[in-house]
Amino acid sequence: MTAPESMTRKRSGGRTRLFLFGAAALLVVAGAFFSESLCPYDPYLQNLGAALEPPTAAHIFGTDRYGRDLCSRVIVGSRASIFSTLALVAVITSFGTALGLFCGWARGRADTFLMRVSDLCLAFPCLVFALAVAGVLGGGLHNAVLALAAISWPKYARIARSQTLAVRETDYLKAARLAGCSAARLAVRHILPNIAGPILVTAVLDIGTMMMELAGLSFLGLGAKPPMAEWGSMMSEVRGLLQTVPWAVFAPGLAIFAAVLVFNLLGDAVRDELDPKMKGR
Amino acid sequence: MTTPILRVQELKKIFSRSGREGFAAVDGVSFDVGGGECVGLIGESGSGKSTVANLVARLLDPTGGRIYLEGNDVTAADVRAVCRTVQMVFQSPRESFDPRRTLGDGVGESLRNAGQSAAEARAAVAELFEAVGLSPDFASRYPHEVSGGQCQRAAIARAIAIGPKLLICDEATSALDVTVQADIVALLSRLIRARAMACLFICHDLALAQGFCDRLLVMREGKIVEAGAADEVIQSPKTEYTKMLLDSIL
Amino acid sequence: MNGVEELLRYDRVSVGYGSIPVVHDVSFALRAGEILGIVGASGSGKSTLLKAAMGLLGPGGAVSSGELRYKGQNLPDLSEEEMRRISGAELAMIFQDTGASFCPIRTVGAQLYEAVSAHEALSEAEFRETTTALLQKLRLDDAARILESYPFELSGGMMQRVGIAAAMLLNPSVLLADEPTSALDVSAQKRAVEEMLLIRELCHTAIIIVTHNIGVVRRMADRVVVMKEGRVVESGDALDVLERPTQAYTKKLMAAVPKLRRGA
Repeated sequence: MTAPESMTRKRSGGRTRLFLFGAAALLVVAGAFFSESLCPYDPYLQNLGAALEPPTAAHIFGTDRYGRDLCSRVIVGSRASIFSTLALVAVITSFGTALGLFCGWARGRADTFLMRVSDLCLAFPCLVFALAVAGVLGGGLHNAVLALAAISWPKYARIARSQTLAVRETDYLKAARLAGCSAARLAVRHILPNIAGPILVTAVLDIGTMMMELAGLSFLGLGAKPPMAEWGSMMSEVRGLLQTVPWAVFAPGLAIFAAVLVFNLLGDAVRDELDPKMKGR
Repeated sequence: MTTPILRVQELKKIFSRSGREGFAAVDGVSFDVGGGECVGLIGESGSGKSTVANLVARLLDPTGGRIYLEGNDVTAADVRAVCRTVQMVFQSPRESFDPRRTLGDGVGESLRNAGQSAAEARAAVAELFEAVGLSPDFASRYPHEVSGGQCQRAAIARAIAIGPKLLICDEATSALDVTVQADIVALLSRLIRARAMACLFICHDLALAQGFCDRLLVMREGKIVEAGAADEVIQSPKTEYTKMLLDSIL
Repeated sequence: MNGVEELLRYDRVSVGYGSIPVVHDVSFALRAGEILGIVGASGSGKSTLLKAAMGLLGPGGAVSSGELRYKGQNLPDLSEEEMRRISGAELAMIFQDTGASFCPIRTVGAQLYEAVSAHEALSEAEFRETTTALLQKLRLDDAARILESYPFELSGGMMQRVGIAAAMLLNPSVLLADEPTSALDVSAQKRAVEEMLLIRELCHTAIIIVTHNIGVVRRMADRVVVMKEGRVVESGDALDVLERPTQAYTKKLMAAVPKLRRGA
């Protein structure tokens, strides 16, 4: 039966939202990419004479305790925050999906073993693990990303595995096997396209979460190291001055809030577009 | 005597759930299907008919017994080793096509996997569509864009593409309306004769099975309880179970 | 047929989903104690007719013209409150897969009691007594075990028969059955059909059975309506329509039904 008018209208509304938030997210990413040419001042230039200035026309977010322009630092900080997050999500998504697909297809002992490993990772508190990684490998943004990646992939592996288990029982997969497809061809041409929807939705929704986690690790001093401009570590640098110079905390906080919001809204729009359960609602 | 296309000996499939006793879906089934012969496998749902089909097509591994195709033991063979000999038509036409790929893609897949070029496969697909009574431009359509009957015709085209010796129809017409069912049955019996295929016809409709098959095997709880020429089984059933099935027909 | 009460009358009913019409100008009547079969291919609008009577058309669906009268009142005009009073108690409906309409984590008996007590004030003991009596009357032996079972503990065929019996708990005057046997094996199909015939015999319930199974209609129906693409193609006495169809579509339909060659 064809969808009644009201439904089609609602669906096209979802499409508009998808484009709107997609464009906003793209803008954020592009801004991060061209951040160096976008910022009004050198973000690393210290000017102790102009330290901790409140927002003015010249420094719209004010300056930090070394007199660096906060606006420039927030703009440049987007690069560390956004690109590490995107890289992190890309890595855990592809690794988790590949592993989950393998487990769902192979089943048996390999599956049991890998799924127990994923249980182990899920049971590990993220902060404790990041601390351990920082202890062994040293701090820094790269190691923070590594720590997060090492324990965040199981979610994708689980989704990919359960979806693969469902797809492998379908008649179309049996038909593809009877057509003589190799395992690789089955995985790439038949299973992956049919399990990609929920994985993609999770990934987009995860961008916001991961951005917060990374900022959190940096705030605790386990991520980006000073003087590198990164939103979490910027907040951390001035956290003792919250009562006297609130704008210094406010600027990076606002940036995190806005970026996370944009990616979460995009995630919702992608989910509405792709999730079969949301279709026809 | 010539070698049968399919010989199944003491075939057994036990589905085991961890911690629980296994359930024997197929429990010691033996039968032959000769060249050009059409054998019906009938019985109620849960009797193990479809499991036999999946075992023969090597989509499932048997727990015991032997399967021979044209005299070769394929009990442990991979599905890719037998798919030039055995093909299958499934019950639900739409669900047997990948929802994200066109019908033409699905029908031509076995040819592409067999090494044909894209152009060769495309030409062959057009011919196959014609053979099953579909216009060749159906090749660019998606499964949800066509009716159940049209989709099942495409599924039949897919099954005969590689030129199998044995066609397994697993309730291939059960999901269709009666008028469409009649057309599809006519198409199947024409193709089977024209291409000299043998057929394992799985079905719960006794009247349909009688009209379509040379021989019938009646399955119940994983076992064959009665076997014989189609008219003989229907007209003078020997077991109580077959009689009960016949009496249930409205 | 004068003197026989008409319970349900479809008078030039058209149904549409949004701007898409699915049923055009359909008229027929269901008389007291009668079994009416509606046959046709999938997508012919036969189920839509039943849903229209029960107010179950779903989002965007509405009776766009015509009247659908139950004992004189036009069903689409009724308020939700009035409809709630009628549905179940006067007009009951059963579906293809009744098992799926039961909650899997509660016993069949508990769920039936809940459904009945929404309409009638009665104690659980009274409920058990009447329900057991009804199940036994419909030859569902071992009623106590059925009531204590969880839905997954009963077979699909058994659940369907329980569902049909459950629809009769409030003694409705009309039973609307939407493909009630399509998901069943032949033997279960036969038992479900016999149960519905027994219902008519014992409770004098009028039944509309929508199905694509000609055998079921032949066994049950007094009169038959043949639908195609939302329109009535042919209607009349079951024997006339099924054995001596006058319309080309009905002839094609009958010819397509596989027939058993019994010999002898």
